[in-house]
Amino acid sequence: MRSFVRTHATEVSLLAVIIAISAVLSVSTANFFSLGNAFDLLNISSVNIIFAVGLLVVLIAGGIDISFAVAASVVQYGTAIALGWIGGGGWISGLLIAGSLGILLGAINAFLIHRFRVISIVATISTFNIYFGLLMFFTKGVSIYDLPDWLTDRVILFEHEMPDGTWIEITLPVLVMVLCVIATWVLITRTTTGRQLYAFGDNPEGARRFGINIGAMQFIAFGWLGLMAGIGGLIQAHYAQEVVPNALYGRELDVLAAVVLGGARLGGGKGSVLGCVLGVLLISITQNGLNLMGVSPFAFKMIIGAIILVAITLSNSRIERLLPFVSQKGAGR
Amino acid sequence: MHQLATAGGGEKPLLALRDINMTFGGVRALKNVSFDVRPGEVHCLAGENGCGKSTLIKIITGVYRPADGASIEFDGETYSHMSPVTAQDRGIQVIWQDLALFPEMSVAENIAFQTVLGRWPKLVDYGRMRQIATDALARLGVTLDVDLPLKEYAIAQRQIVAIARALVGEARLVFMDEPTASLTQSETDHLLDIVRGLSASGVAVVFVSHRLAEVLEISSRITVLRDGALVGVYPAAGMTQSRITELMTGKTFDQQVRAKFRDGQPVVLDVKGLSRPGQFEDISLSVRRGETLGITGLLGAGRTELALTLFGMLKPASGTIALEGKPVRFSSNRDAIAAGVAYLSEDRLSLGLIQPQSIADNLVISSLDKILSGGLLSEDRKRSLVARWIADLGVKIGLQQDAISTLSGGNQQRVAIAKWLATDPKLLILDAPTVGVDVGARAGIFDIVARLAETGLAIILISDEVPEVYFNADRVLHMAQGRIVGSYDPRSASLAEIEGAVYA
Repeated sequence: MRSFVRTHATEVSLLAVIIAISAVLSVSTANFFSLGNAFDLLNISSVNIIFAVGLLVVLIAGGIDISFAVAASVVQYGTAIALGWIGGGGWISGLLIAGSLGILLGAINAFLIHRFRVISIVATISTFNIYFGLLMFFTKGVSIYDLPDWLTDRVILFEHEMPDGTWIEITLPVLVMVLCVIATWVLITRTTTGRQLYAFGDNPEGARRFGINIGAMQFIAFGWLGLMAGIGGLIQAHYAQEVVPNALYGRELDVLAAVVLGGARLGGGKGSVLGCVLGVLLISITQNGLNLMGVSPFAFKMIIGAIILVAITLSNSRIERLLPFVSQKGAGR
Repeated sequence: MHQLATAGGGEKPLLALRDINMTFGGVRALKNVSFDVRPGEVHCLAGENGCGKSTLIKIITGVYRPADGASIEFDGETYSHMSPVTAQDRGIQVIWQDLALFPEMSVAENIAFQTVLGRWPKLVDYGRMRQIATDALARLGVTLDVDLPLKEYAIAQRQIVAIARALVGEARLVFMDEPTASLTQSETDHLLDIVRGLSASGVAVVFVSHRLAEVLEISSRITVLRDGALVGVYPAAGMTQSRITELMTGKTFDQQVRAKFRDGQPVVLDVKGLSRPGQFEDISLSVRRGETLGITGLLGAGRTELALTLFGMLKPASGTIALEGKPVRFSSNRDAIAAGVAYLSEDRLSLGLIQPQSIADNLVISSLDKILSGGLLSEDRKRSLVARWIADLGVKIGLQQDAISTLSGGNQQRVAIAKWLATDPKLLILDAPTVGVDVGARAGIFDIVARLAETGLAIILISDEVPEVYFNADRVLHMAQGRIVGSYDPRSASLAEIEGAVYA
């Protein structure tokens, strides 16, 4: 336990902050502390968590991606059109098409970065503009409302009425999110490929000397994020029951902030799935709490920005200084 | 000892290189070099920077392919060239100077990293990794918590992790490139013990170090390279540091104590009771016009912190600093520069010089006010200022506009000194001025230091190599754990006496 606290200082402190904020909200608002609200939060956060675990893999491998959210919008349009061609499809074909398109768009980023040695932030800002520009150009900004029925029907996998009259629901987005989280966790902690990704992000030159295939690392990292962006895009269309070209525009920065909040490092080699999920949840809970407290939605961004700033300032080395029992150094020091 | 027994000769070599030639873009980096290593011996590869040591290591480990006609014989098999895979399979391992470790990953993963390699993904076996790591560390007689991220450990332990990693691959021949460069004396001693242990267990070690004292202590034989050619192979027994230096440079260095009596000169810097808790305590010292004050001591003795305080970058908790009799209180190093203090940084590569920028821009960066003309920078003034200092310090350059990174270590250091001289300092602090500078070029730098002192500059020379301060300073202070614990006059004290005190 103690060594878990020590090696997972960011996750533990995030959890502490989430518990503290939840405690304050439970006391100050009538509706926060209910299972119903907790499940609502999960449903609302699913798409962002799917994006976040994808982005986590890219950050671990030492890259960054600005383009994934608009790529998800491109995937939504592409999938809607492709589903039209095949005459409707279903969840399986939808996820396959969306996932493949996502991987393709991610692979374009990896190709630019690996083949032409463009640094990832520049490459993905470019593709961000290209993807979004193409999307707006071809759709002329028009949304799609006539989606297949299977895509817009809510899928409730489990529901139960609580004694207090609220409903707890587990919907399809939550299931998909959980699968994406588990798959990412297996990839980065349990497979040799995942450990190579960490090593590559941590010390690219060291990884190269071990003969790790650098190009493969870029394609796996950006491909994985592409896959998550594709799946997340389809789930977002399902959740919103429409496809709006600029619906996800700007989402990349929210997700990036949440992932960094969760302990991933810009520069590579560091980050965990748990931290990433907690980072997204912290932001959702805060937003939800502010909502329930009746704070003006116009103030949300400002408050969330401030929370991210404080949390990131406190995180990493400083959090260890705040919690003295965490900071005992290795035996040899 | 076992190591001496195996080094006794007459035995078939583990590695034998013949007729190694290597050319880079028309420059011959290696000329007909032969090199051999016996099983279980500690063999030192010595030579100045650029003599071909690293090229040779890279040929043996398969990074480079030598010119046709080469023969590399390893344990009975002959190759015309190596490949990294063959080299690793045959048990040839390198511990690079930068270690190539993964600080965020656990000690176990760093040591057993090869278990996560492979063409196709598989599941990671953390239990096996932990076992491999524990075993490798046990072989070295070291206990570390293998689950902690490597970044929790200091550089000395990381070095050990790098060695442990090399042992995992059934190493038979291990190259160590400057393994002690960032270690303290006791850490170095521990490392040398580990090297002896490896040698005793039959692993041959090729040791590359610029610290000749430890080269003589650890190795049984020394191969010296100069300008890409083999000078010779010598038994370590009976060798001296000055003899190795001569072989490496092809020049004779007759080191003499330069210390002179300076008591009649006015005091430039007077420090009384200077303290910064945890870094240095109660430091009192003075430097006169034309005097060179040497400060030596182990890494972590507080030398650099003291220097940075005199340069205004750190603030003392108590004590006074007076320059030419006037008490000063620097709120930043800009104040210190204006008051006539110059500080040549310990880390020239990353802090002292801006590598991609030109020689000229680097030289004038601290004295931009001197090349103003009507409030704007004048190219003409810059050019003449640069030309003056380049000539004065004998820096060998192509064009003023060339990037500083194109110069050798010694010439870069001259530019760094010129940069500070251009600010017209009264006090020049040189912090480890010869790190990364070849033996041959070091003498040139100290000639400059001596000449500057003659012009009346007060100089503080900081180095962890006792001979440097002994031969080049007028007085030597010994710092340990933040305090001045000894003061010596090189004219009356012996080098051995000071070294004994410092390395005790």
